[in-house]
Amino acid sequence: MLSIWKRGLLSNVSVIIDFLIGFFILVGSLFCLIATIGVIRLPDVYTRNHAASKAATLGVMSILLGTFLYFYALEGHFNSRLILGIIFLFMTSPISGHLINRAAYNSGVKLWDKSVRDDLKEYNKKIMKKSSVD
Amino acid sequence: MLEIIIRIALLLCSISMLGLIYRVIKGPSTADRVIALDAIGVNLVAITALISIVLSSHAFLEIILLIGILAFIGTVAFAKYLEKGVIIERERNH
Repeated sequence: MLSIWKRGLLSNVSVIIDFLIGFFILVGSLFCLIATIGVIRLPDVYTRNHAASKAATLGVMSILLGTFLYFYALEGHFNSRLILGIIFLFMTSPISGHLINRAAYNSGVKLWDKSVRDDLKEYNKKIMKKSSVD
Repeated sequence: MLEIIIRIALLLCSISMLGLIYRVIKGPSTADRVIALDAIGVNLVAITALISIVLSSHAFLEIILLIGILAFIGTVAFAKYLEKGVIIERERNH
């Protein structure tokens, strides 16, 4: 299949592959830029983490998918480490975002002034009251 | 056409990394800085992939996995330090 592409017998397929690679890479880098704008402009640690841990992850996964397609289709090199990198990033980036958020909450970083609900605070208060009764 | 797109993507990733460095310098709390450093690590993965396309060599693709693992371990260590004050606890009570 790949040798057929290289000989140019299926040049339409090559054009489609080029388009897919460019699309994935461009969309991924735009997602990275949007994540950074969110990290700069949002008012709070938690909202910033929301921007950084979702948009940047999706953008980088898209860029890695475009890179994998580039090396597989245009150079005929199946690189399994890129797929492993995509899976690893997909698994670990939300976990690290969650850990940092929990550490920020427990070390007493304030929420934004205009945020209206804090369920975890009331839950913690209830837990404390119950443990003091016991 | 693909080369121009890859150059544009490199430019966008570099701009986003500059914005994250701004957040690292200015960020009011430590958690802000840790979040920004984690995002810088993730951006570095993207830049490594794009550079390996530009150089058209697949010798740098192991580095992607390596940077991902190191960023995750560093973030977990920072989170544990912020929460408990120690990274590796000495006494285990259970």
